Amino acid sequence: MTEVLVTLFVIFVLAMFVGFEVITKVPPTLHTPLMSGSNAISGITIIGALIVAGRGETTIGAVLGLIAVIFAMINCVGGFMVTDRMLRMFKKHPGKRK
Amino acid sequence: MAALIKLFYLLAAVLFILGLKRLSSPATARSGNAIASIGMLIAIVATLIFQDILSWPMIIAGVIVGSLIGAIFARTVTMTAMPQMVALLNGFGGGASAVVAGAEFVRFLNTGSDLPLSVNITIQLSVLIGAVTFSGSLIAFGKLQELVSGRAITYPLQKTLNTILLIGMIALVVWLVIQPENPTWFGVLVGLALLLGVLSVVPIGGADMPVVISLLNSYSGIAAAMTGFVINNEGLIISGALVGASGLILTNIMCKGMNRSLANVLFGAFGSVVQDTAALPGAPVGDRPVRQVTHEDAATMLAYARHVVVAPGYGMAVAQAQHEVRTLTELLEKRGVDVKYAIHPVAGRMPGHMNVLLAEANVPYDELYDMDQINPEFERTDVVLVIGANDVVNPAARHDTASPIYGMPILDVDKAQNVIVLKRSMRPGFAGISNELFYDERTHMLFGDAKDSVKKLVAAVKEAA
Repeated sequence: MTEVLVTLFVIFVLAMFVGFEVITKVPPTLHTPLMSGSNAISGITIIGALIVAGRGETTIGAVLGLIAVIFAMINCVGGFMVTDRMLRMFKKHPGKRK
Repeated sequence: MAALIKLFYLLAAVLFILGLKRLSSPATARSGNAIASIGMLIAIVATLIFQDILSWPMIIAGVIVGSLIGAIFARTVTMTAMPQMVALLNGFGGGASAVVAGAEFVRFLNTGSDLPLSVNITIQLSVLIGAVTFSGSLIAFGKLQELVSGRAITYPLQKTLNTILLIGMIALVVWLVIQPENPTWFGVLVGLALLLGVLSVVPIGGADMPVVISLLNSYSGIAAAMTGFVINNEGLIISGALVGASGLILTNIMCKGMNRSLANVLFGAFGSVVQDTAALPGAPVGDRPVRQVTHEDAATMLAYARHVVVAPGYGMAVAQAQHEVRTLTELLEKRGVDVKYAIHPVAGRMPGHMNVLLAEANVPYDELYDMDQINPEFERTDVVLVIGANDVVNPAARHDTASPIYGMPILDVDKAQNVIVLKRSMRPGFAGISNELFYDERTHMLFGDAKDSVKKLVAAVKEAA
């Protein structure tokens, strides 16, 4: 078990570095969509929610699963949709500038 | 099967990274968001197909209800309300992570199977971070939505109480790790975590909310990653880490923009009292003259300028003046005036908020300039139009060591030939400090509602031949 945990920890640390590399390249003008978009990505916890909800072993498990699925879906769907709504508004100057 | 599903999760994580990479330019950003959402869809579908799902009705109900609520939020939210929207979404993400970890704990208790130490630790951490994110985000939402007071709420022994709470929780986590078979104490832990989330956001003032939202964003990612440890899922860990990193970077940028340390934001209770401006060192005496300007004169200055910079602040968004501002700058551009927008990192209520508000008003993103890009240009600027911005253009930040905002990076608008300040009244800004820019001899004050004033400017510029 500890070995698995260490492997997972390695993945976690490396992914943090990837995150830092990718995110530092995002210009300030897109920081709000970045936030809502990354927010939607953190909705990945939906996987855990689906697994928990899908077990159907106990009532309490099912109830907790249902709550988790609803919360995570709000997070995913709301996050991606609102990000798209914002990004749609970003337009370049139609004229000849630069 | 187990190997196959891991590959799908990997694919999803790769799509997330590619999607985030495309956010490096406004031109590719929208496709990036689409790519990331496809990644999410793949992860969800793979889970439904390959994990042993027994209880379908619950899942279908949950997915439909959650998607509907999310879609309604996303469609109806106004751009000015984006900070509270993000806060709320953060809260749901954190809450979901906490509930998943909690459900795992309950399952181990029910089946009576041995709870491995490593799983136990990650469950506690996941519940802890997730619950703090959940309640903290809800309070942040309430403050931004003005359901609860936006002012910093302080009470005696606040820090001591929070410290005791934190220590108590750590002790409880250790206790639960040693003695897991105890649902009561687990419930107490959840309760304390929720309480800590509330108590740690309550003392933070409205002006500091951008930092808090960024930080909670980071927490929601870390919570998802912790849940990944609990259910042994690399997909969650990678994605959670990405978001955690993103939130930390934004938190750092926001802190720099306000020249405050994270500790100072979290524990400083900035803006808890409205400072008596007259009593402040360096504050102007009441009878110092300000130069007022008429709409006609201001319009003439703008119409015959060559370089104009607009410095918008949150006041512009509150007055809903961004569309009028766009009309004005378009008019000026038609006259051959070069127009740029100067965006301070904390101009809005969250990182990049002002840019979104201007994009909504059809301002092209290549006219928006960051503080570092625009500051060297002010010396060559004929007229700066300050709309609803205050502290971020206060020169005191550069030289007045006694000023509470000393050291904060500002837009150097006072270096321009002329400054026109649109302001409702002489009331001080968020930080509660008066602004010496208003008394500068190159500054012209145009009092009134921002939207109204800009409308009048538009009319006057049209008249100018």
